[in-house]
Amino acid sequence: MTAPNHNWRKFKNVFMQTLTFVCAILVVTPLLLVFYHLIKEGFSSINLAFFTQLPKPEGETGGGMSNAIVGTFVLLAQAAVIGVPVGVLGGVFLSEYGGTKLNWWIRFAADILNGVPSITWGIVVWGLLVVPMHTYSALAGGVVLGLMMIPLVMRTTEEVLQLVPGGYREAALALGIAKWRTIVQIVIRTALKGIVTGVLLALARVAGETAPLIFTALGNENWAHNLTQPIAAMPLQIFAYAIGPYNDQHRQAWAGAFVLLVLVLSINIGVRFLTRDRFQQKV
Amino acid sequence: MATDPNNSAAALTVRNLSVFFGKNAAVKNVSLDITAKAVTAIIGPSGCGKSTFLRAINRMHELNPDARMEGEIKLFGDDIYSRTVESVTVRRRIGMVFQKSNPFPTMSIFENVTVGLRLNGMRDRKMLAERTEESLRMAALWDEVKDRLNAPAISLSGGQQQRLCIARALAVQPEVLLMDEPASALDPLATAKIEDLIVSLKKDYTIVIVTHNMQQAARASDFTAFFYLGELVECGPTPKIFTSPAQKRTEDYVTGRFG
Amino acid sequence: MALAVFALIALIGFELFRGSHLALQKFGWHFLVSSDWDPVNDIYGALPFIFGTLVSSAIALVIAVPISIATAVYLTELAPLQVRQPLIMFIELLAAVPSVILGLWGIFVMVPWLHLHLFPALRTTLGFLPLFQGPDYGYCMLAAGIIVAIMIIPIITSVSREILRSVPGLQREAAYALGATRWEVTRIAVLSYAKKGLFGAVILGLGRALGETMAVTMVIGNIPQIVASLFKPGATLASVIANEFNEATGDLYPSALFELGLVLLGLTVIVNILAQLLLKTFAGPSVKPQH
Repeated sequence: MTAPNHNWRKFKNVFMQTLTFVCAILVVTPLLLVFYHLIKEGFSSINLAFFTQLPKPEGETGGGMSNAIVGTFVLLAQAAVIGVPVGVLGGVFLSEYGGTKLNWWIRFAADILNGVPSITWGIVVWGLLVVPMHTYSALAGGVVLGLMMIPLVMRTTEEVLQLVPGGYREAALALGIAKWRTIVQIVIRTALKGIVTGVLLALARVAGETAPLIFTALGNENWAHNLTQPIAAMPLQIFAYAIGPYNDQHRQAWAGAFVLLVLVLSINIGVRFLTRDRFQQKV
Repeated sequence: MATDPNNSAAALTVRNLSVFFGKNAAVKNVSLDITAKAVTAIIGPSGCGKSTFLRAINRMHELNPDARMEGEIKLFGDDIYSRTVESVTVRRRIGMVFQKSNPFPTMSIFENVTVGLRLNGMRDRKMLAERTEESLRMAALWDEVKDRLNAPAISLSGGQQQRLCIARALAVQPEVLLMDEPASALDPLATAKIEDLIVSLKKDYTIVIVTHNMQQAARASDFTAFFYLGELVECGPTPKIFTSPAQKRTEDYVTGRFG
Repeated sequence: MALAVFALIALIGFELFRGSHLALQKFGWHFLVSSDWDPVNDIYGALPFIFGTLVSSAIALVIAVPISIATAVYLTELAPLQVRQPLIMFIELLAAVPSVILGLWGIFVMVPWLHLHLFPALRTTLGFLPLFQGPDYGYCMLAAGIIVAIMIIPIITSVSREILRSVPGLQREAAYALGATRWEVTRIAVLSYAKKGLFGAVILGLGRALGETMAVTMVIGNIPQIVASLFKPGATLASVIANEFNEATGDLYPSALFELGLVLLGLTVIVNILAQLLLKTFAGPSVKPQH
């Protein structure tokens, strides 16, 4: 009693399963290739000198990326100072206060901001800070990264707070605890892990940004002595070395990329581990 | 285990069926005959395994990766769990209607009814149209939709959608029709229509219906099986089960003492 | 605090307009359709860059969309359970790789390989199309399209996955009960149902592709031109800003670049709004805003 096209249907079934499997493999392949090459080209160049020395002048071999590594952290610190308070508080507002209409618009605006290309952020902050200050600066770099973090952190914070059961809030309010206190001591404390996760992921995201830094922090062969000077950063240095003509610089670019990727991925993986016991990821 | 005495016309013979989810047995060692061209109702309190039993008949429990079955089910003599039989074939011969109607929202009424036929390769537009009319008439829906067969299926009311799902199941001309609480999501008027429909269908189809509504079972079925905690307690002609059941547990349930 | 977002948007808009003020005045609408880009003589036109952005994004979509949706289907419907989680994690990690690192890999690994292997093969098989004609140096529009595809695949896949997961199980059961095979169930009950949401995922990917800067700059060759062959170098709105901004002298030059930034912003914002609307009207649970 099997239909005449039965075998054809079986064939299609197996064929599609194979095809989609192949696509899944295709997706994973570039990542594996990138890892492979980073390790092959970059790992061998990682030595103490890389972490402790400054870049050598063009053409000379050797030297390191110490200023870029420190620079990245300096920029991230500034970005956190700007991005975390505004982002988290903004997220709190969205989740706990505000009217539905207003909040809808705020969310909408935040989502638009998340879609603004990073290079656009760069030229905007250039106009706002670099031009009036008449200099590229670490400050401008930190500001642009921080501003980029704000909509990101706001949305993740709001989502995490929404996951806290309403029952907790009600219980606290019923006990006569003031609303703001309820939020700080109960809601935020419950959601803290998630908020931290969101912040860390946003930091990992901006750590790898290059385009906005081209017009703000600019990059520096040396150390920046204060925030009003241009500063080196890993993505910038990688970019500059990669498009330059010197093989030694290429080698260092791979090494820098390796370190940067390790940094970014460890944050991502670490964060996943932390939230694993919390939310069972069901497929 | 009480089996149906009139098994000379058995459409389905179930022997020692057990269904496990992980370590739990939802259905325990059930043996039962389903009479052809009659309506058999499966009743029992919530969680007694009646839906699981029903889904084992058309191998739908296999969609759950933790599910495992033991025992044997034969459809007109064919072992539906044998190694050479595919679940796709079984489900062609045994249709199912669900508790909540689930027409495909991106398809029109016509497309919904014919989807099973088209899957099996039927392309002849005339034949498809004939089958559609036939199935919709059997589902008591034809007069209401005959002028708008191309309208989206979700433009119908809840009760109409459920009848559409019945038509969809009937279009492929199954030998058995399984219904899992088909009217529980519907208002009394729609429910009554479904019940009348079931009674009119039984002259051509074997129907097994799971229901928690005892009045429905009493009204619409010829045979009734009472399940409790995964086991078949009693099975027999409906009037007998409701008026003079053999088992005390059955009597307690049908008189409303529990469940 | 939350109102800061409005302030930010206003700020961006304001600044972009202020910056491009000069160029807007000088060129008006002509800017959008002119293809002369001559900094030496202070003549600017946006067309080659709009062309470059659209073409590289189109290539990226053509490559990424089928692969992403197929992968999403594999992950939600067809893959054995143990395989799913590791694959999902891999894809999320790919999304986290910074653009500049992918660009680095692009310059030293992908482009040489394309130049030596893929492009000649394309030339011999599809060379009758003007798209694949002419010599190449590896750095070209097609390379940019490919690398952008790699960058947007993770986001289209994740969002599509969420969309497919949200299709009610009851729909799948209806199809199974009719005796459909696994693929048929996917086709009838899942993909049709999810069409709108999947389209939203694709548009979201497009939005991301439009703004992609670093990896593109590193492999596209950076020559503003409008040609038919994909083997020729090109430039996009984002890549030219990245390349020329810091060397832009005078007043008109930076202003022209700002105007390009404005065009880019306009494009991405419109596309993103479209994507958000599609996704919001489809999915019930909120789809996570992907960067």
